[in-house]
Amino acid sequence: MTTPLLEVDDLRVTFRTDDGDVRAVQGLSFTVAEGETLAVVGESGSGKTVAALAIMRLLPRTARVEGTIRFRGTSLLDLDEDGMRDLQGDDLAMIFQDPMTALNPVFTVGDQIVEAIRTHRDVTESAARARATELLDLVGIPEPKQRIDNYPHEFSGGMRQRAMIAMGIANEPKLLIADEPTTALDVTVQAQVMEVVRTVQEATGTAVMLVTHDLGLVAGTADRIQVMYGGRLFEAGPTDTVFYGSRNPYTLGLMASIPSAVGRTARRLEPIPGSPPSLIALPEGCAFSPRCAFATEACRDEPELRVVDAASGHATRCHRAEELPDLVAARATATAGSEGGAAEPGAAGDGAA
Amino acid sequence: MSDATLDAREGLTTVSRSFGRQAWDRFRRHRLAMIALVLLALMTTAFVVGPWLSPYAFSDQDFSALNQGPSLAHPFGTDPIGRDLMVRTFIGGRYSLRIALLIAVLTTAIGTVIGALSGYFGGRLGAAIDQVINLFLIVPSLIILIVLAARYGSGPNAIAIVIALLSWPLIARIVRGSFLQFRDQEFVLAARAAGASTRRIMFRHILPNVFGPIVVNATLLIGIAIILESTLGFLGLGVRPPVPTLGNLIAESKGALQTKPSAALIPGGFIVTITLCANFIGDGLRDALDPTSRKS
Repeated sequence: MTTPLLEVDDLRVTFRTDDGDVRAVQGLSFTVAEGETLAVVGESGSGKTVAALAIMRLLPRTARVEGTIRFRGTSLLDLDEDGMRDLQGDDLAMIFQDPMTALNPVFTVGDQIVEAIRTHRDVTESAARARATELLDLVGIPEPKQRIDNYPHEFSGGMRQRAMIAMGIANEPKLLIADEPTTALDVTVQAQVMEVVRTVQEATGTAVMLVTHDLGLVAGTADRIQVMYGGRLFEAGPTDTVFYGSRNPYTLGLMASIPSAVGRTARRLEPIPGSPPSLIALPEGCAFSPRCAFATEACRDEPELRVVDAASGHATRCHRAEELPDLVAARATATAGSEGGAAEPGAAGDGAA
Repeated sequence: MSDATLDAREGLTTVSRSFGRQAWDRFRRHRLAMIALVLLALMTTAFVVGPWLSPYAFSDQDFSALNQGPSLAHPFGTDPIGRDLMVRTFIGGRYSLRIALLIAVLTTAIGTVIGALSGYFGGRLGAAIDQVINLFLIVPSLIILIVLAARYGSGPNAIAIVIALLSWPLIARIVRGSFLQFRDQEFVLAARAAGASTRRIMFRHILPNVFGPIVVNATLLIGIAIILESTLGFLGLGVRPPVPTLGNLIAESKGALQTKPSAALIPGGFIVTITLCANFIGDGLRDALDPTSRKS
């Protein structure tokens, strides 16, 4: 099949505020194929969550959404409310960041899953309950038959997130959008939850759009990565290509700022200087240029997103993409030299090697 | 402790009980609420069955016993025209309780729907409703009530409707506040993401979270309503005599307050007791209906 599952073309989201228009997403285009996992990575304010909510049509009415979003050929932005509701929670599902508040505190976990099922499927209460028990089992809740009658406050954070996933996949969606599904959880539980997502994916063939700021989480999970910054796509490509052959200073900066728990002597983490740009007054030209170590005069003109490797579809938004590996290597040597060789070259250097 | 034992231990405490069963168990542990419930049940029984067992009807006059204090033949005494005050008090209690319940139900229903709409939608609709609520809250309701009661009110139902139409803002304001608090919670977004309609989100997802404050205020309303009804009765604008209500009885007793205080104290005592019982039961219900308060 050549039509992708999800096709986003030139998506623009603007919020009108008293201080001016907040351009949260600007000209975002991407696709998600059936069954694949796409990771959307970026700092807070990069527009990744807004893009996800725009696809689900969950943005407040104050948001202006333009462009096209096609899901299995249907234009979501043109659907009426009823048509959209039929998709939401059925073929198109979403799980949220905070498992503490994303479950309704006054209903049992089972009731909530049953409701999710019965909103879209014409099945009896008991059939839905049986299915809910199965789902809880699938996401690794121990004693699902008893646990189904628990209230959310009787679940731990990790269990709640699993229950959320069970709810999200209740109707075997074609696309599951997971917005920072593990951010509120501690590291060991994060790994378990991602494992659950993978298991579910294998069982149902669901495509996952994983929205996160955590590159480490992405490494083992995603087929493709898409890095966003200032409401724009900065780099996109297969996970390994982006990890080991990034052609974007922002992506390299993100990777240099992840602590590594494995091996080697202590290395200094390299934060990206400055903070993400205000979406009301974006810098002229390349949005990342004020924070970029490699910025030049040319960066005053906004670079286009361009494909650097046609075979893998690796694309980046940087004027200096071709010379970047050399620049990074040169800088790493300089840094190592100035610190008397005490620090190893940063991950940025490793990444480009 | 390893995860497995922790899970097993948590598993042991999760005996499946239906929500109603759990709520009742929680309610039973609330001692004051239980006492109040029993008292209210006893009073209601007396109001319903008492007059039927009594040898007197509420308008029967016994000219051999005018304006008496409590005695064996007339445990609550008699009024100046020889009517048995026990029967009149019970019948009065019946009317007062019925009016109060009707007021509580109507007021809560109107207030909840308006408050929910205003809180959930916000914007211009919310602001408009807010202004109406404020308008109703600043207008002295007793004066309006007196005017309306004089114009339309004499039957118990008319009185109840008039009072409900004036007191819904009390509930609406509370429900509005709670909806404002809950509408931006992530579970509401999650419900929308699961394809729930707006009506479903308002009444099935958010409303149950607001039950606690609604129930408490509905029971407070019973108290307020009984007192309002009594006030109207005392002023002679409530349910028309000879039909007794607790308020009417106090009004009728005012000529003999010095010589025969029991005629005012007995219905007054019922008013106070019913009001208190309603409040305690409300307290108990609030705890019982909140699943997170489960302590077992």
